[in-house]
Amino acid sequence: MTRRANPKVEPERVREIEHVVIDDMDISGHWNRMFEQRVIFDYDPHQIDRVADLPGGESMAWCYQCSQCTAVCPVDHVGSYGPRKIYRDLQVGMDLFTDAQLWLCTTCGNCLRVCPKEVDFLQIMPAVRKEAVMEGAVPPELQDVFEKTARYGNPLGKNAKRRAAWTRDLDVDVPLISDVGRKVDVLWWVSDYPAYHPRGIDASKALARILTHLGVDFAILGAEERHDGDSMLRAGESGLFEMLADQNIETLNKYEFDVLLTTDPHAYNAFLHEYPARGGTYNVVHYSAYLAERIEELGLSEDVTRTITFHDPCYLGRRNGEYDAPRQLIEALPGGDFVEMWRVKENGYCCGGGGGGMWLDGHAAEHQSMRLSEKRVLEAIETGADTLCVVCPYEVSRFEDAVKSTNNDGALEVLDVAELLAAALGLSED
Amino acid sequence: MEIAVVLRAVPDPVEELELNDDASDLDREYLGFVLNEFDDHALEEALLIKEQVGGSVTVYAAGTADEVEQMLYTAVAKGADLAVKLGDGLDALDAHAHADLMIEAMAGKTFDLILCGVQAADELDGQVAMLIAARLGIRHASVVVGANPDDDGLRVTKEFWGGVTADYKVDTPAVLGVQAARQAPRYVAVSRIRQAQESDALEERDIGQPAASGRVHITAVRIPETGAAAEMISGDETAAAEKILELLKTAGVGGI
Repeated sequence: MTRRANPKVEPERVREIEHVVIDDMDISGHWNRMFEQRVIFDYDPHQIDRVADLPGGESMAWCYQCSQCTAVCPVDHVGSYGPRKIYRDLQVGMDLFTDAQLWLCTTCGNCLRVCPKEVDFLQIMPAVRKEAVMEGAVPPELQDVFEKTARYGNPLGKNAKRRAAWTRDLDVDVPLISDVGRKVDVLWWVSDYPAYHPRGIDASKALARILTHLGVDFAILGAEERHDGDSMLRAGESGLFEMLADQNIETLNKYEFDVLLTTDPHAYNAFLHEYPARGGTYNVVHYSAYLAERIEELGLSEDVTRTITFHDPCYLGRRNGEYDAPRQLIEALPGGDFVEMWRVKENGYCCGGGGGGMWLDGHAAEHQSMRLSEKRVLEAIETGADTLCVVCPYEVSRFEDAVKSTNNDGALEVLDVAELLAAALGLSED
Repeated sequence: MEIAVVLRAVPDPVEELELNDDASDLDREYLGFVLNEFDDHALEEALLIKEQVGGSVTVYAAGTADEVEQMLYTAVAKGADLAVKLGDGLDALDAHAHADLMIEAMAGKTFDLILCGVQAADELDGQVAMLIAARLGIRHASVVVGANPDDDGLRVTKEFWGGVTADYKVDTPAVLGVQAARQAPRYVAVSRIRQAQESDALEERDIGQPAASGRVHITAVRIPETGAAAEMISGDETAAAEKILELLKTAGVGGI
């Protein structure tokens, strides 16, 4: 990333003349402070410096409060939090390290996209949270998830040994790579919600059937897989991330495979950007992209008479630039109509689950007028769609809850793209 | 104030609990273990007292599971000064044997205060604190929900039924069975636990299996029977309320 130097006032090029007469006309004016370099000395920069002094926190000091972020911050739309407001609060003495606002950012990255000064909240918030975590200043609900993840390797606090339990009684074979005993083409990184959450399991079963239908040589890790750690890192538990990443890399390096197929965009992001520095470099592909390359091979035949809208996951779209693959899949569904919401792709609205938000529902409820997932669901319903398609395992449960909590039960069905594809292939369970 | 905290690893209910062949105990071979929740509160109260008046916190735990070591390192990361891990083959101890073992482990040291959880999830008989106190011949209070040091001892809050609490002035040395600390147990970052693992604050001591107390006899252990499924009540508020009232009447609840 290239950074422009700050434009500087060069005093030697400024000429001060007390009286100027042009064409017999005296155009001298009163001295105007606009001609001077503005010095902001009314504020104590102490709190801004505390943030800017952290590795990753530097860009906090660059904000000039233009407010472009205000228009795009998803949390600002349902509350009073926003990146510019954080700067302003710091200026007047807010201690971000202990303030409740520290835990509202979902690290969706839309503020960074529009920021002319490249103030990077994707770095700033985790950096400050890391300090707070070291001091034990963590909201209790998130503390509980950190502890569960450290102990069981998944944020749901489920039995680590039961990670592959969803594959039992399935009509297709989902082998464990430890049982296969040879190189596989595709190692499927299933992730936590797809392995444990009932609705995540529905999508996993659909994807297993699709991979089998395609004749893909694939396997999963089962109980050897642990949480990818990406969201823990954004939530400030960098030690937990490092522990998980090191364990996962050790596991992955035992096996041979060509493609590491991820269900979860957060895992995808971690494998792409965080694991290489710790010795884990893989050919990682999100399942939407993997399937989009095989649309013809899929041979979608059954009509899915639905009007479908699509939610861009922040960590697939804005963070990693993949907007097309999920849309290609939806558009390939026979009989389906595709409608876009008004905030999509680069400007996609966040579901609220990123950056630890998945596990801060109570905290968010105290500081926001509604959940981000509720706002998004209302936008989806506005389009006239009857189906909200998702490609991130955080979202099915978030949006289904939001459909109910906004009294729209029955108005919108939330489905993983794998579930829609399986239906179009006649591979659904019922 | 010199404080000892007695920790206990209890079976982790996240894994399916199974009985051994003669149904006399859990099948312990594949069990996972977690810190007894009440002991976590005892540790928190100890750390709060140390922060108020200075002194030291020493934690003791028995057992062979890896989780015991993890538990002790976590205690050190939170602020305990020394952790003592007591040897092999000590997993399944009844309250009497557990109290005996801890007294033996603490021999030669003088503590002003010994804290432990009011009860443990695997036994629920709440005896350890009072057994330690009785055998050492010192004061005891249980179901403690706060122990504030003051000028000449401790002001201890005990919880009774119906939300009633009472404050006691307790002179040290004393043993307290802690129901809840004054604040929720603190979070300790994983990197701090990793630092603790590098430190030399963990002492391992082989102490040998204490003789069976002979005072506790388990006659049978059973898995609870699963009850009937929950009934979801639908309809608007009025309809739902009427349905609930009807169910309560049918069940004869509250003499309605």
